[in-house]
This record gives sequence, structure tokens and C-alpha cells, in this order.
Amino acid sequence: MTAKKKLKVATTSLAGCFGCHMSFLDIDERLFTLLEHIEFDRSPLTDIKTCSPDCDIGIIEGGLCNAENVHVLREFRKNCKILIAMGACAINGGLPAQRNHLPLTTILEEVYHTSPGLKNGMIPNDPELPLPLNQVHPIHEVVKIDYFMPGCPPSADAIWKVLTDLLAGKEPELGHGLMHYD
Amino acid sequence: MSHTFTLDGKVVPFVDGQTIIQAASAAGVFIPHLCYHPEFKPHGSCKLCTVKVNGRHTASCTMRAAPGMVVESETEEINAERRALTQMLFVEGNHFCPSCEKSGNCQLQATAYHLGMMSAHYDHFFPNRAVDASHPEALLDFNRCILCSLCVRASRDVDGKNVFGLSGRGIKTHLIVNAKSGQLADTDFTLADKAAQVCPVGVILKKRQGFAVPIGERKYDKAPISETAETTEGR
Repeated sequence: MTAKKKLKVATTSLAGCFGCHMSFLDIDERLFTLLEHIEFDRSPLTDIKTCSPDCDIGIIEGGLCNAENVHVLREFRKNCKILIAMGACAINGGLPAQRNHLPLTTILEEVYHTSPGLKNGMIPNDPELPLPLNQVHPIHEVVKIDYFMPGCPPSADAIWKVLTDLLAGKEPELGHGLMHYD
Repeated sequence: MSHTFTLDGKVVPFVDGQTIIQAASAAGVFIPHLCYHPEFKPHGSCKLCTVKVNGRHTASCTMRAAPGMVVESETEEINAERRALTQMLFVEGNHFCPSCEKSGNCQLQATAYHLGMMSAHYDHFFPNRAVDASHPEALLDFNRCILCSLCVRASRDVDGKNVFGLSGRGIKTHLIVNAKSGQLADTDFTLADKAAQVCPVGVILKKRQGFAVPIGERKYDKAPISETAETTEGR
């Protein structure tokens, strides 16, 4: 009997704080069980920089605050069969989206020019820096998202429930206690 | 005189004058709602309590129960509509639960959990709404207002003060403070007012009380809204 092919899982953090990835690691020793069923592809955990074209599951932390975030999200959508939004920022923009009611120019002016101690400040314009978007966007506004894991961050148990439901071929479901927006 | 109607096949008794939601809550059946509050005249605006009566949609907080009605509530179709309405409320305001001190005690959030809302689905408006921190005891964060009008009704009908009002029409409807300056500090609002107690979301907040109850011990951490709603109190 041949071993069942492992599912390829890719993860990334866009405009997030990596808190969701930390929560993912909080599944602790269950990671060993998980690794019997999956292998990590592109992810901060492997340091692989691009997605294989045949990823099964892509997990996205964070929303979209700059052009590079959009580029990475589209790469994930192109290469992953199932895309999951992990955490509040991916789902509604979260804390980075608190800037959305202010014009971007005003923010850049205040952060780099007019705040105290910035007499000779300049707005960074190195061509390597991705351009910020006018507003921070939840990822479902740009690509189709198959499943959502709310929470800031989603608890390790919630992440475990969604992943094990998917591995079992079920629709992921978070009941009372696992479903949190905070 | 006592009569009955059926709610999802269950026989529910009612007395003349009772609305569907009143009879349902007296019988211990939860119907999701946001602008309805058992102590106030119904407003009928949030439409979360919509049910089908003899096949037709109606708000169960304004529709009087009648003998022999066939009422459907917990169906996949109606809950999908309730979920869509809730999602619209989320995208129209700025509902960032992680930084809201009402989180865990918020009816909007708990209702969204109850309806299995995994995302807001629609594009967010990200409106620009200023907060009013003028009052020494209370904070108003309009970003979270869902226009249920409970504070308007409480201030007008119970407190006799008329501190709050809904202004504008349609998508431009918004909550205002009835003072020349528009500031809460320039009204006779106090924390003892009924209006200070009824906000289902995190608009009217007592200052210096934030995050007093730890995560895990808040109202809806302990039990879902279907088991703790005001409608089921005193049954």
C-alpha cells in the first residue's frame, strides 16, 4: 500500500503582524500529526519564496496595504486550490485599516514630515519599496476566498479545527467558543 | 383569550395583542433581532427578526400573532437573509472587534456568531465618523452605530430627555446628539439614564470601564446569544 500523497500547504503574512502564524504554531505537538498529512510549500516557516503550481491549500494572514501584497495574494490564488483567509486583518483589514478614513498623503506627511523631530524628514521613495495602496483592503475584495477563519488571532484550536475538517473532506465549521472576531 | 400559532412546527400560545416575537420569547424560542427590545415599542427597522408568515416575509417584532398562523423562522433561507443583513451592517460601519471594548458583550457580534457569519462578504465602506468624547462620563463611538434607535427611544420615552435622534434619510441616516453644538457634554445625559444602558453595540460606553471583564468571562463567551437574549429573560 502506498502512502497517501501529502497535501501541499502554503502560508504568508501580508499586512498582518504574524500573530496568526504564532497562533498557528500554538497547535504545538499537533504539528507532528499535521505533518503526517501535509507538507509546507511557500511559507515563512520554510522560507521558500514562491508557490509551487500545485499547492492544495493557501493560508493568508493580513490584508492588502501595498502593491506587493496584491501581487503575492494573486500568486497564491493562481497556485492554490483552496484559499483560506486567516484572522481579522485578512477578513476586514483589521488594525492596518484604521488608516482608511485618512488620505494617504496626509498620513505620509505626518509620519515623515510634520511629526516632532522630523525637520529634514523625507518620504521614502526607493524603487524597491512597494507602493502603498490608498486604503487597506480585505483580501476577499481582490480574489475569491474559499474559507475564513475569524479571530485576532484565531485560536490554535480554531485553526486546528478548520484544517482537520478540510483534511477530513468536510466543510470547516467553528461552533460557539471557537468563533471569535477578537 | 389564549390562542396558538405554529413556529417551525412547534405550537406557540399567545394572548391578544402579542407580537410573534413576544409570543416566541415567552415560549422560550429565540428569534434573532437587533432593534427589538422587550421593554420598548418595536421599531421594525433592522429586519433581523424577519420570519415567514403563511409564506410571506414580515418582521416578527411588529406583526401581531393571529390564530392558526404558520410561521417559519429557523430555515436555511431565512437565516441566509439574516446573515446578509448582518454583513451589510458590518461593512456600513467600522466594526473592528479586536479594538472594541464591547466585544464579547455585543449583540451585533453575538448575532453574527449565531448566524455563522465567517466574513463580511461585501466591500467595506470604511466611513469616516468622528467620536464624541466631550462628556465626562460617557464616550460615543459612532463608528459602531447600527441605527437601532434604542437610545433614541430610551431617552425620549423613558428618560424624558430626547438626547438622541436619527437624522438624514436612507444610506445617509445617522445618529445625532440633540444639542446646538451636537456634543453629548451639552445635553443633560447622565449614566443613570436608560439610554446609557440599551446600546446593543459599542457606541455608548461608560468611560474608564474598558475591558473590565477578561476574555473568556464576557456575556457571550459563556453562552451564545440564542440562550442569553433579553427576549428569553423572565420567561
